[in-house]
Amino acid sequence: MTTSNHVRFPHLNPLPGGEGANVSLRELPDNVIQADALVKIYAGQRVVDGVSLDIARGECFGLLGPNGAGKTTTLRLLLGLISPDGGRVELLGNAIPEQAREVRQRIGVVPQMDNLDPDFTVAENLLVYGRYFGMTDAAIEARMPELLEFANLAHKRDAKVPTLSGGMKRRLTLARALVNDPEVIFLDEPTTGLDPQARHLIWQRLRELTARGKTLVLTTHFMDEAERLCHRLAVMDNGRIISHGTPRELIAGNIEPEVVEVFGEHAAAWAQSHAAHHAERFEVSGESVFCYVKDAHPLLLELQQHPELRYVHRPANLEDVFLKLTGREMRE
Amino acid sequence: MRTNIFALPQFSLRFLPIWRRNYMVWKKMAGPSILGHLADPVIYMLGLGYGLGGLLPQIGGMSYIAFLSAGTVCYSTMNSASFEALYSGFARMHEQRTWEAILNTPITLDDIVLSEMAWAASKSLLSGIAVLLVIWVLGLSHSLLSLWIIPLALLVGLCFAAMGLIVTALAPGYEFFMYYFTLVITPMTLLCGVFFPVDQLPSVLQIASSILPLTHAVNLARPLLNNAIPAHIVADIAVLAGYALAGYYLSLVLFRKRLAQ
Repeated sequence: MTTSNHVRFPHLNPLPGGEGANVSLRELPDNVIQADALVKIYAGQRVVDGVSLDIARGECFGLLGPNGAGKTTTLRLLLGLISPDGGRVELLGNAIPEQAREVRQRIGVVPQMDNLDPDFTVAENLLVYGRYFGMTDAAIEARMPELLEFANLAHKRDAKVPTLSGGMKRRLTLARALVNDPEVIFLDEPTTGLDPQARHLIWQRLRELTARGKTLVLTTHFMDEAERLCHRLAVMDNGRIISHGTPRELIAGNIEPEVVEVFGEHAAAWAQSHAAHHAERFEVSGESVFCYVKDAHPLLLELQQHPELRYVHRPANLEDVFLKLTGREMRE
Repeated sequence: MRTNIFALPQFSLRFLPIWRRNYMVWKKMAGPSILGHLADPVIYMLGLGYGLGGLLPQIGGMSYIAFLSAGTVCYSTMNSASFEALYSGFARMHEQRTWEAILNTPITLDDIVLSEMAWAASKSLLSGIAVLLVIWVLGLSHSLLSLWIIPLALLVGLCFAAMGLIVTALAPGYEFFMYYFTLVITPMTLLCGVFFPVDQLPSVLQIASSILPLTHAVNLARPLLNNAIPAHIVADIAVLAGYALAGYYLSLVLFRKRLAQ
């Protein structure tokens, strides 16, 4: 286990004594997930390579990373759907994967790909899924109005799944994951493929869940999603956690506070000759130049000398951190 | 730690909610489904039984159509379970990702594979009962012993569900099933005494026939419909149950391997 890759997160509400008090989070009963040095190897490749996580009750925790970073595999390891080649997981006090079946009674999962039953209506999907948890039909029916309301699907109760829009299917999948009133909900890219309206509705619902004290663990590659929803984040790449903290900590700890984006066909040439004098760091990507600065003032004055260049000045965000940490090249 | 894919299966009643799910889906299309299961075998039985039967002498003291009816019960139950375990099972596992959804609940792969076995065998049971009704209506069997066809249909269903699930576990796509139907199911249909007695075959083929499970199903069904006690009850049941158990275990190992990816 490498210490550098071992994540020990501070709690949302700092503990008495703070971080410096050397309090081991391991002993706290409020940790719902503890993972130590997880390793998963597929065909000789370390898809997950020494990932350690502690996730506290009631928080929304995000796993961020480009495609192929190992996010979904990490999630599957935490759920006990696959066995690790190294390391250990404890979920709600149960050893995973040994006690995965028992602990799933208290877990909800929203998978990356929709796997609703296409032959069934909205209500039938919830009914059939509830039965998998050993719930009686009466108990499921009693929960049904609340679940449909939560998913904004009360009017679609008897609609068949293929007639639903992408957003409705996602909401039904979310409602289905809540049928057993879980304590922890895992969401694998919950808004991928949705339009902005549908995405905002999902975000609103996820915030309601955290407000109710549910613990959320989600993977995403949408930075605004991570920034809006997650209390804490871990950025993954090549199977490892390369940075972690609150969204604000990640930005403050990894990158200059301000960004000036310069565009235009002359931008690259300008950057070669001038950017280094005015920016702590800059990156050229096609016809755009990203200048990272502590104080943008001198740079903005410089840019006013170049009317052929267009620019945008903005605070640094999570996407800047993400691109800095994982690079700009395409992942396929 | 690694979970052992060779671990013995853990049987539990948790497969029942999945069986109920499949039943709910089936109920929505029960009409065409029953027709499909019934029409094909019955048309074969009537066409060959009366058409070809008119040219043939009695076989072992029974008319050709009565002889053929026992084979039809067996091969239609075989087909029901095989189609369910292959095509529908593959759809649930791969295309619709139904298994993936179920695995996120307190249900294990052992339960899912058991539910597939039970469901495919239920389809066989339905098929067996349907053909048996036709046999009774046509007056081809007057024996109370013919009621034993019902549990036999279930056993044949479990046997062929298990064999089919092995293929499903290995299949990259639906096209792959053609190998199984051409290389396993067709020989089974033609070498196991469905259409003619096995002793018509050359001795090499007779040996091959004796290791195929459908032969043992026919060995049981034919005397039962003809009001006789089968000669080798224990051996025949043992072969069918052996295929069912070995197939269940092997398919489970293969599914564990496949889904661990």
